[in-house]
Amino acid sequence: MLDIAKIRADFPILATEAYPGVPLIYLDNAASSQKPLPVIQAMSDYYQGHHANVHRGIHKLSEDATNLYEGAREKVARFINAPDSSQIVWLRNATEGFNLVAYSWGRANIQAGDEILLTEMEHHANLVPWQILAEEKGAALRFVPFAADGTLDLSNLGDLLTEKTKLFSFTAMSNVFGTINPVKELVEAGHAVGAVVMVDAAQSVPHMPVDVQALDCDFLTFSGHKMCGPTGIGVLYGRRELLEAMPPFMGGGDMIRRVHLTHSSWNDLPWKFEAGTPSIVEAIGLGTAVDYLANLGMDNIHAHEQFITNYALEALSEVTGVTIYGPPASQKGGVAAFTIKGVHPHDIAELVDKDGIAIRAGHHCAMPLHKKLGISATARASFYLHTTTGEVDKLVESLHRVRQIFRL
Amino acid sequence: MLDESFYREQIIDLYESPLNHGELDPHDFSYEEDNPLCGDVIRIDVRLDDEGHVAEAAWSGDGCAISQASASLLTEEIKGKTLAEVKAFPKEELLELIGVPLSMARVKCALLSLKVLKSGAYGIPDKNVMRNQD
Ligand SMILES: Cc1ncc(COP(=O)(O)O)c(C=O)c1O
Repeated sequence: MLDIAKIRADFPILATEAYPGVPLIYLDNAASSQKPLPVIQAMSDYYQGHHANVHRGIHKLSEDATNLYEGAREKVARFINAPDSSQIVWLRNATEGFNLVAYSWGRANIQAGDEILLTEMEHHANLVPWQILAEEKGAALRFVPFAADGTLDLSNLGDLLTEKTKLFSFTAMSNVFGTINPVKELVEAGHAVGAVVMVDAAQSVPHMPVDVQALDCDFLTFSGHKMCGPTGIGVLYGRRELLEAMPPFMGGGDMIRRVHLTHSSWNDLPWKFEAGTPSIVEAIGLGTAVDYLANLGMDNIHAHEQFITNYALEALSEVTGVTIYGPPASQKGGVAAFTIKGVHPHDIAELVDKDGIAIRAGHHCAMPLHKKLGISATARASFYLHTTTGEVDKLVESLHRVRQIFRL
Repeated sequence: MLDESFYREQIIDLYESPLNHGELDPHDFSYEEDNPLCGDVIRIDVRLDDEGHVAEAAWSGDGCAISQASASLLTEEIKGKTLAEVKAFPKEELLELIGVPLSMARVKCALLSLKVLKSGAYGIPDKNVMRNQD
């Protein structure tokens, strides 16, 4: 069990007001999480006492900075149980993970007539890079459909996954439905036809235990800013043989072993993929975030979010005219996407904001998903380790007032 | 505390009973665009009279109360105006018609209809006016 009051005290922003006299209620965690004091402190300490460029100096400060930076990589490797920290590539965000794989692995391995299998519930980050690749190579995109309850319809997976399928990339958890997909089963199905399997873990790594060796996936990517870490840092995990065989993504300093005027040879993993001065303090901040989360226990965090989600879905369903999208709480993470008949999601978000409640309205970077639902937007409340039932109650109260304003 | 004045009665009135809602067939120009940030879609159809004044304007689409109220107010306001006046319609005037203070994100919602209207109007040849002025 988590001590929620104690956890809330770690997040300074949760004690602030959205407007004078109106306390902030932050329910937009799926878009980006807030930062606990240890993370803010670690980043400030680094700048106050340890900063230098990494891998480039023989002076003491550069060595300190390099140790902190590489130490953070080891923490992240342990957090997702990667066999080795050299399989952890630092990026800016999850979006860059898909682009790196599409650009580097994809251009070397995808040919005309090949197929890339995705799902209909993907974030644009796991859609657009493959569209660009498929267009360039003459490959085809195929999609696992979702059912009315927001879970994947796997009944035709056997037809969708064939020997033509070179890559299968899907989300571990939908950022709209909240659906937690059967990752291990899908990885096995992909491997059974010889496909490389990539997992979008942007919404799973922040909220539940993730073990890349148990999942047996080939690539997995996530963003630091959704898991109590800073913006500007993300992670790509890759299977060693694949990463080793891949050409670099970007060229420049740090990613080379030897440079001649007309050609170069590449650095070892993971630096081969890390051209230029990296996001040093952000990596260190993420390392601290990972310590913070691991210390509380990802199982505990997941259990708390399940409790809150269950509570929220029940409370929201009592608002007249509400439709909630996605499966029941037992099958999903801390996300509640909903609409209210007669009020556009933007108006919902704008009006609850007057009560200090931050939720998101729109398509949440999943336009094809919304199109299939026949709607242009949903309102979305998303929870994290510090969310309380009292905050959910405030949201529901506010929604009743929204209906009144709209004369419903 | 909800600031109820934000959704001035007029906005809700127009959301419930929009003005000039529908499509015009035939029309002299028609344009549709969405706000990619939020998925609001507005289409505006305009019919001109023999002197080139707006005889009728209608809008259709899907969006929030602000974008819909804005479309109602705008299509009402431009009746009788010349094409040149439509093209030069100042956004401040539309924001004034809407009358409620808007956050930056909502200004986009409010101005979508004007953007659609001007894009449609500029599609009609008029050598005095440059294109792409938003
Ligand atoms: C499921 C999912 N995938 C990918 C992303 C992209 O994350 P980022 O914008 O940090 O690259 C997000 C975040 O919005 C997400 O929710």
